[in-house]
Amino acid sequence: MGRGLGGRVTSGGSRDAVPGAGPPKMAVCIAVIAKENYPLYIRSTPTENELKFHYMVHTSLDVVDEKISAMGKALVDQRELYLGLLYPTEDYKVYGYVTNSKVKFVMVVDSSNTALRDNEIRSMFRKLHNSYTDVMCNPFYNPGDRIQSRAFDNMVTSMMIQVC
Amino acid sequence: MEGLTLSDAEQKYYSDLFSYCDIESTKKVVVNGRVLELFRAAQLPNDVVLQIMELCGATRLGYFGRSQFYIALKLVAVAQSGFPLRVESINTVKDLPLPRFVASKNEQESRHAASYSSDSENQGSYSGVIPPPPGRGQVKKGSVSHDTVQPRTSADAQEPASPVVSPQQSPPTSPHTWRKHSRHPSGGNSERPLAGPGPFWSPFGEAQSGSSAGDAVWSGHSPPPPQENWVSFADTPPTSTLLTMHPASVQDQTTVRTVASATTAIEIRRQSSSYDDPWKITDEQRQYYVNQFKTIQPDLNGFIPGSAAKEFFTKSKLPILELSHIWELSDFDKDGALTLDEFCAAFHLVVARKNGYDLPEKLPESLMPKLIDLEDSADVGDQPGEVGYSGSPAEAPPSKSPSMPSLNQTWPELNQSSEQWETFSERSSSSQTLTQFDSNIAPADPDTAIVHPVPIRMTPSKIHMQEMELKRTGSDHTNPTSPLLVKPSDLSEENKINSSVKFASGNTVADGYSSSDSFTSDPEQIGSNVTRQRSHSGTSPDNTAPPPPPPRPQPSHSRSSSLDMNRTFTVTTGQQQAGVVAHPPAVPPRPQPSQAPGPAVHRPVDADGLITHTSTSPQQIPEQPNFADFSQFEVFAASNVNDEQDDEAEKHPEVLPAEKASDPASSLRVAKTDSKTEEKTAASAPANVSKGTTPLAPPPKPIRRRLKSEDELRPEVDEHTQKTGVLAAVLASQPSIPRSVGKDKKAIQASIRRNKETNTVLARLNSELQQQLKDVLEERISLEVQLEQLRPFSHL
Repeated sequence: MGRGLGGRVTSGGSRDAVPGAGPPKMAVCIAVIAKENYPLYIRSTPTENELKFHYMVHTSLDVVDEKISAMGKALVDQRELYLGLLYPTEDYKVYGYVTNSKVKFVMVVDSSNTALRDNEIRSMFRKLHNSYTDVMCNPFYNPGDRIQSRAFDNMVTSMMIQVC
Repeated sequence: MEGLTLSDAEQKYYSDLFSYCDIESTKKVVVNGRVLELFRAAQLPNDVVLQIMELCGATRLGYFGRSQFYIALKLVAVAQSGFPLRVESINTVKDLPLPRFVASKNEQESRHAASYSSDSENQGSYSGVIPPPPGRGQVKKGSVSHDTVQPRTSADAQEPASPVVSPQQSPPTSPHTWRKHSRHPSGGNSERPLAGPGPFWSPFGEAQSGSSAGDAVWSGHSPPPPQENWVSFADTPPTSTLLTMHPASVQDQTTVRTVASATTAIEIRRQSSSYDDPWKITDEQRQYYVNQFKTIQPDLNGFIPGSAAKEFFTKSKLPILELSHIWELSDFDKDGALTLDEFCAAFHLVVARKNGYDLPEKLPESLMPKLIDLEDSADVGDQPGEVGYSGSPAEAPPSKSPSMPSLNQTWPELNQSSEQWETFSERSSSSQTLTQFDSNIAPADPDTAIVHPVPIRMTPSKIHMQEMELKRTGSDHTNPTSPLLVKPSDLSEENKINSSVKFASGNTVADGYSSSDSFTSDPEQIGSNVTRQRSHSGTSPDNTAPPPPPPRPQPSHSRSSSLDMNRTFTVTTGQQQAGVVAHPPAVPPRPQPSQAPGPAVHRPVDADGLITHTSTSPQQIPEQPNFADFSQFEVFAASNVNDEQDDEAEKHPEVLPAEKASDPASSLRVAKTDSKTEEKTAASAPANVSKGTTPLAPPPKPIRRRLKSEDELRPEVDEHTQKTGVLAAVLASQPSIPRSVGKDKKAIQASIRRNKETNTVLARLNSELQQQLKDVLEERISLEVQLEQLRPFSHL
């Protein structure tokens, strides 16, 4: 279903995903959580089991809060934005990143994806952060709304595993 | 697929197209190439085309049979109408407009257009024209007429062959159909709308050019039977069409402004850039945008803040989501504000969207912010700005037309800034900007990153010494041990002198020892002492002594005996054969001990400085060598030795009283007592002696200073110069090892320490000797008495 209008292609136009090929595996699920811990944006690649990913993201929020409070004693600025591996499961690993405005990015990657190094995760979070700030700069975006920016979607798509 | 039913119009149209593609006149199979061209002309995404081909079975068959072709055409219509491509849709979709194909510009098209408008024959010929590959050609202002044509076409279905139609005719109906079609969301073909109409209109443009030059809108195009289709076609055309088109023709289209301007500009545009870029902004549009910009931000080089832009564009009644997307596209630098270029692009996109064009995923190149030469904008008949956009966004979409991208416009050449804009935009959305930014933080200011090591002067320079002295002045008074604490880094000579000064200052031997013990522990003070003494002397010769530097890092070589020290010692010993202050604190010959402390001790710290003091110190300061001292030392040594060797013990007391007699002496005594004085006259004696020799040894200055009463001491020093000269010289020589390196300091300090120890030893020795002298004298007296007593007996 590589092409075709009906394809479940994530936004971003027609994707020339080659079925069966081995595209660079990236994130399986990416979520942007607002300060009040409700999701601003959540998307996962495998169309099935989305609920599972949602649940994983939800549980990871506790870990994020824990990490924030742990180093939150000092000034917020001193706290590093990248939280690192929040917790691993046998299938997936969850990474976290929090901005200074307490907006959290959570990324779930496949455990079998051993090629992903920490700095790659960091760069992915950085891209997420950049795109998020771009969304914020849009005067038509009301903070707290769900993120519906196409540019953001495109960027997230580029980071997610390309499954046909 | 088999059950394809076509309407008559469709049938005709399809057959025309088929015959067009059927260049080989096989009547059976059309040439794939042509078909592909045709499909490309349909402005459908490639994947859609492929899907169509799949569905119609062509891929299966490998060729386009008539049925396949017809099905394909039908699917094209379906796709262009926005319906999902399904096999069933070919029959289920009712009222499907004819598939639209972008026509290239060539005479055929014009012919085609003309012919097509009327009857089947025309249609036939038209079909022959239509398939040509999409020729964007001059859609530009052709687009202007486009809009007007649309309405017109809708209104006058079959215009007779005159392609040139006055715009006035078009207005009436076009809006309706046009609007209707604007509602026709082209399923997913963002390009379709734009590209389609454009090229198609080009022929009209051409046709019109020939005809009514002034007529902006050449509604000359007679759409195929289903005029709606054409209208819709026109709908899709590049926004420029809309813009220019709408002109007043469309009833209340406020686009009047553009229309009017369009009319005049059409010709210009038509002739202008031939590239059919649907997103290009016409000059009128541009001017309109600029005027709108001015209403918000008078400064054309300024920014429109996001909030103001939000209000402005919200008036267009577009859904927020779309406005958000438009913003994303147009805010090139992602700064939350719109420059003139960005604003124009946003405006243009809004108008395009209003007119039914889908928003592109990426900002079209023609809309990329460039520095536009405002003077360059084409003459605009009437300023489009005033009319309506801000006022009545609610008006029919056509009112927005002004912003529709025209097909032609005279974009000024990219200038520097535009290039910068573009490059910026390329990077703006990538994380590279941020990461680059981050990474740039470090190298951004290499200068700051580079820390130039500040050279720390280890060897005491004149100034340095002065500083040290100055520093020391303050501390010495309070710290009796300071004399001893003179930094070994300072000239060893001074250190020696300091120690000797301390000696003389009455820090008794014990003090001397204690001070010597603490000597090394507090080299800073010593150094400061030295410095102070230096400054003392230095001030007179050199009043520009800078403030005392912070405590100098103690030379690590305090303990090490540097070669210099050795050299110094050797020289010293050489010159002072008496082993003045032999490296090991061996008991030097008396004269030297007496002499050494003298000059060392007697060093007034006063700024006035002893003359000799100054004389020696300057010598020392610049050279830091003992050489100068040596010379003096020799002189003094000779004199002193001669003087003192005779009756050193006596001298000392004499010196003492002499000193005491003199005010300076008393003051010195006072100073001694002040400093620490443990009242050892013996100690004081040598101290005085050393004081006397002060002038010889600048180093003692600091110590003496501590003793204070510098001024008074000075004269003493002069007095005792000679006496203590040797001593001073000796002392001076020893410590006056040039400290070329910090390590020398340690060596010097070590030598100073040794010298001090020697001094103490000598002082003790001195006292003992004096005691012995006294005893001996007493014995002598007693013996003489006895002798005399005995003598009479002898006479008896």
